[in-house]
Amino acid sequence: MLPSLLGAVRQHGLLARLPRVAQSARAFSTPTTEMTVRDAINSALDEELARDDKVYVLGEEVGEYQGAYKITRGLLQKYGPDRVKDTPITEAGFTGIAVGSAFAGLKPVCEFMTWNFALQALDQIINSAAKTLYMSAGQINCPIVFRGPNGAAAGVAAQHSQCFAAWYSSVPGLKVLAPYDSEDARGLMKAAIRDPDPVIFLENEILYGQAFPVTPEVLDKDFVLPIGKAKVMREGKHVTLVSFSKMVGYCLKAASALARDGVECEVINLRSIKPLDKDCLVASLKKTHKMVVVEEGWPQSGVGSEIAALMQELAFDELDAPVLRVTGAEVPMPYAANLEAAALPQVDDIVKAVKSIA
Amino acid sequence: MRFASHSTRTAAAAAAKASVDAFLEVPGGRVPYTSHLAFAGGPDNPAAPMPAYRTIDSQGQDVPDAEVPYPIDKDLALRMYTSMAKLQTMDTLFYEAQRQGRFSFYLTCQGEEATNIGSAAALSDKDMVFAQYREQGVLLWRGYSLEQFADQLLGNAREPGKGRQMPIHYGSPAHCYQTISSPLATQMPHAVGAAYAYKMDRRPQVAVAYFGDGASSEGDAHAAFNFAAVLGAPTIFICRNNGYAISTPAHEQYRGDGIAARGPMYGMPAIRVDGGDVRAVYNAVQEARRRALALPPPAPPAASAASASPGDAAAAAAAATPSAPGPVLIECMSYRSGHHSTSDDSTRYRTSEEMRSWRARDPVARFRSWMGRQGWWDEASEAALRRSCRQEVLAALDAAARVPKPPISDLFTDVYAGPDLPPHLEAQRRDTLAFARRHPALVPPGVPVR
Repeated sequence: MLPSLLGAVRQHGLLARLPRVAQSARAFSTPTTEMTVRDAINSALDEELARDDKVYVLGEEVGEYQGAYKITRGLLQKYGPDRVKDTPITEAGFTGIAVGSAFAGLKPVCEFMTWNFALQALDQIINSAAKTLYMSAGQINCPIVFRGPNGAAAGVAAQHSQCFAAWYSSVPGLKVLAPYDSEDARGLMKAAIRDPDPVIFLENEILYGQAFPVTPEVLDKDFVLPIGKAKVMREGKHVTLVSFSKMVGYCLKAASALARDGVECEVINLRSIKPLDKDCLVASLKKTHKMVVVEEGWPQSGVGSEIAALMQELAFDELDAPVLRVTGAEVPMPYAANLEAAALPQVDDIVKAVKSIA
Repeated sequence: MRFASHSTRTAAAAAAKASVDAFLEVPGGRVPYTSHLAFAGGPDNPAAPMPAYRTIDSQGQDVPDAEVPYPIDKDLALRMYTSMAKLQTMDTLFYEAQRQGRFSFYLTCQGEEATNIGSAAALSDKDMVFAQYREQGVLLWRGYSLEQFADQLLGNAREPGKGRQMPIHYGSPAHCYQTISSPLATQMPHAVGAAYAYKMDRRPQVAVAYFGDGASSEGDAHAAFNFAAVLGAPTIFICRNNGYAISTPAHEQYRGDGIAARGPMYGMPAIRVDGGDVRAVYNAVQEARRRALALPPPAPPAASAASASPGDAAAAAAAATPSAPGPVLIECMSYRSGHHSTSDDSTRYRTSEEMRSWRARDPVARFRSWMGRQGWWDEASEAALRRSCRQEVLAALDAAARVPKPPISDLFTDVYAGPDLPPHLEAQRRDTLAFARRHPALVPPGVPVR
């Protein structure tokens, strides 16, 4: 919602009558606006649909149902069934159709109910969307955004919890983005939709309901973040913590805990997994000389593996310790709550890893 | 009063119950009931096979009662025939060139020349083609030159594809021919998506997806059929049922009545055609295009609305302007006379008698015979055409072989859109060029270092 309207709503005590506003704004005495990641993505989609009539949204349950996770709430009502399409259940089918429509000049935003289900559409994403510009020698573009929740949720087990950041980030032709907070969600979604290349947009179900402060600049309808640039969330001089998506929040908590023990961590939010902001990582390493990469996904060939390889290639002499990786356990995700917690990085795991090299 | 109202209520209740009981109302629609425990279809109770539409018989004679709403005049017939002959010559010589080691791969469309040319001739040049890989005749019809074919096969610097794709994976936006995607049937949902885009734009063009009998088994094929019908996307699905998917014969590919019979089950009109009859293919695709775009028929329907037989009324309704744009399915029955490709030797899985008997049913010879009966073709024209086609193909190959290969820089462009390379690729390009300049002996022959 626009800040002026939000202000008016608070002023006239309409909060109680508008559940959505109540979710996304709290009556602080300061003028800070807060917005959930869900509303951030929803508002970005809304604004981009209004801005360019080639943009359209498709996926299962995105229309009448308002979105399986309510990300597309209200869009069918506002833009109609030609711009917000409910599809039959076939990831391979609707992904192929979205790709074909992108070849023909439309700009689809293709939702997967979860990135786990996109495995059924993998050929269309890789062999068609990612490679066609190259195979056609620059003649056929595919300006498509694939989006959906990635990584672990809570208690949904093996086939609903995998993190796909590492796999997609290895494919030339794709751009891979992973927002953490609402500012990331708005700015990166708009950048993705306006980008002429196929973009993999990895959201996080747990973060959808989390509210973050947003400035008027972030709420501007042309607020676009650059693709390929990381953000330093917290400055520090002892150890660099690198992460993306939900783990950024865990790293920030670990940094607070470590600060109490005199260890100052620099926390980097990658935002973009492909292209990776190597310059930001190297600059931080030159300050701290120690790095820990935190991700939910599996250890072998993960995002941390790539960063470790890059840091020792680009800045070997800056390292005072090996680049450490904190990752998910190398098992399909179990269901039981205690097992799931044990299979995923926790704040304590990050603190321990930092202390082992600090 | 009390008894009357009671009986009225019971009668009303009984009537209501009767009407509720007449049909099964479900979210998908309403269906009548039956008290018979009867299964439809299956191997012991198959439906009668869909007949194949044909207008010219195997001897090249007109089939007497054939419906030909789109007749072929002499100019069109000559263009069709010369294209089919050129296609045959091109296929034969390119195949031989691959066997000689001049490029890595080739596949022919021998036996399917009529399907290629007949369908191409019926489409508008602006209809976007999403081919599988055995439709080079469609490109040829649209004006892709023999030099362009040879350039792509040799991957030289002149071809707009910059040597990116393996042979026969043609693509030409100028000819509205989408770059070939190897994984089977992935082009089918693409075509539906493109057709949806045209429909949204209100453009009077269709998307055409070609695919084989084997590809129709892929999940993408099912999704494309279903989705096209649900979206009402103006897509023409053309199945080249040539009897084989590499070594898998059609009777091991499916157990139903081929591909055309699936169409009505998805809610789309379908027809089976004799794929060796170029005029039948031409008419079927013309009619399919009209239906896909919901255009009026070329002539008034034969049966009047007052006709007594329900079959005639149905035919009349079908021949009228369709209510809305939507997909149409055509299955062209033919035979893959050649091997699957240069990587295949089909004598290992089919008999020479079978292949010989089908080669005798050459669709090009059939049409030549028909043209002869019209007085439009003779032996002298045939000899001259074959000679000139052969010379043109060989000249194109020679010319393409003399063009250098693409420069090293072409390795790195077009991974992402935009005029500039992303920094990591720019760095790799610089390093590669520097390495090539330091070690010229390691550079493959004919590759310009720039």
